[in-house]
Amino acid sequence: MTSLTMPARPHEDDAALRPLPWRRMAGVIWRQHRIALAGVAALLGALAVWLWIAGTSVHHAYAAVIACHPAGSAGCQDLASTFNATWNSVSYWTIFLQLVPAVIGAFAGAPVLARELETGTFRFAWTQGFERWRWALAKLVALAVILAAATFAFSALVSWCYQPFLGSNNQNLGIYGNSPLVTVFSLREVTFPAWTVATFAVGALAGMLIRRVVPAIVATLAVYAGLAVAAAAFLREHYLAPLVSSDSNVPGTAWIIGQWWTKDGRFAFAGNPPDSLLNTCSFPQGPGGKGGGIGAPSSVNPFAQCLAPHGYAQLNSFQPVSRFWPFQWIEGGWLLVLAALLIAVTIWLVHRRAA
Amino acid sequence: MNVVEASGLGKRYGRSWALRECTLEIPAGRVAALVGPNGAGKTTLLNLAVGLSSPSAGAVTVLGGRRAGSPAALDGIAFVAQDTPLYKGLSVADMIYVTRSLNRRFDQAYARARLNELDIPLKRRAGKLSGGQQAQLALTLALARRPQLLVLDEPVAALDPVARHDFMATVLAAAAADGVSVLLSSHVLTELERVASYLVLMSRGRVQLAGAVDDLLAAHGQASLEELALRFLRETQMPEVTR
Repeated sequence: MTSLTMPARPHEDDAALRPLPWRRMAGVIWRQHRIALAGVAALLGALAVWLWIAGTSVHHAYAAVIACHPAGSAGCQDLASTFNATWNSVSYWTIFLQLVPAVIGAFAGAPVLARELETGTFRFAWTQGFERWRWALAKLVALAVILAAATFAFSALVSWCYQPFLGSNNQNLGIYGNSPLVTVFSLREVTFPAWTVATFAVGALAGMLIRRVVPAIVATLAVYAGLAVAAAAFLREHYLAPLVSSDSNVPGTAWIIGQWWTKDGRFAFAGNPPDSLLNTCSFPQGPGGKGGGIGAPSSVNPFAQCLAPHGYAQLNSFQPVSRFWPFQWIEGGWLLVLAALLIAVTIWLVHRRAA
Repeated sequence: MNVVEASGLGKRYGRSWALRECTLEIPAGRVAALVGPNGAGKTTLLNLAVGLSSPSAGAVTVLGGRRAGSPAALDGIAFVAQDTPLYKGLSVADMIYVTRSLNRRFDQAYARARLNELDIPLKRRAGKLSGGQQAQLALTLALARRPQLLVLDEPVAALDPVARHDFMATVLAAAAADGVSVLLSSHVLTELERVASYLVLMSRGRVQLAGAVDDLLAAHGQASLEELALRFLRETQMPEVTR
């Protein structure tokens, strides 16, 4: 059937076998994952265009507020309202940005091994001359680095779009704002790549364990949701011990962790005050609860002014905005350590796992 | 040199043994057929030999003592798994690129000439090829690695008769012209009659019989490999071998 024959095989010294160079994997990774990478590029590209358009209008409205003098005039208040309205229309959609690390990580990470195992191509890939643990290491590390770079670039745009909203002087300008430690904290320069890479690593391990693409993606999204909620609701506020200060000293950009009242230097109550005090100082505005940000605590709180003569003082525990970058690196750090561990476990499973 | 040597080899999945007490020496320069009904342990043995799985008991070496699955072993073995898995989304040219990148040796000229001869277009996606063409592509990629041992797991089970013939002709040409040792598994006995010179008969996770085909025929007084295999498999009460 064929007249073709193969040339004589050269005699080789087996002991001289050296591992194939890593760069051999570059073209393999590109060919196998270019569709996934194109999907990531398309998603981030489309969102970037939208962020740029939205960010331009936000910055435009913000610049008008800044430039307005005198600050309290009716004209300036109109401009402030314009900014607030602009921000409102933008912020409805920015909630979806929180899903981006999950979507990228799960859809890029879970199929890397699950598709090989589901379609049987691992029998091809793992019997070539390139050792399979090195094959897995090259793929996972290269894809993680590419995703980190892409999401890092994207996070710069997120930061730019949110910059007016996170300004330190918003309270005085009469416009919306919040602490950078609260709003889009997980989508900034360190945390966005870190969350994406960690989710990617979760996806890779889930794919190796579950061996099917769709269930692995679902599992990855579930793990991401759990981690994201845990980080936002429980972990983040404990990255560094919060500062405690009386109400009037808390800067507007601080992240208020807790508020409570003392009477004569001892803890009195937190949250809703006892009825006796409410009867004494009945005002339409309550003392405010946990969380908040700019505007929540106020030195001109009438409730606080009323209680002060009775020996009550309000205390706040808070994270100052100066801790933004330490917090970024703390969160990015544990996520990247987690990602490295998960990738290491995945590679070990590829090396060990019997098919 | 033995291309496969197993001693006391066993593989357990959960509590059941897919392969047990397998001791075997398959010499080089042969087309060795691993014959037995479905579930006999053929795929398990091949997976162990190519390093896709690790033994639960015993040991297996390949190509004269190389540990199965070691870099040196993988370097000399080309494996075509059951149903010839390929990256369906990649073009034929990309499959060539990937295989060449992942191996120390790759005879690109051979691969291209062979695919040209088979009228398999390089630009077509692997998933768009016919079953026979996919099998031929997988075989071509394997042979272009210029292996010392070619391992084929049920290579023709899913192919139509013409594709079967063409596939086995390629295997035989490689074995005859280039001295490639071949180890293939099959539950289709008729295909093996004219290709196999060494036989390993398996059933129920055990090797029942192994040896050069001529020796076995003479020793057991059978006229053909098929009769020999059928007699042994009937004796082990596993009658569902397909003809």
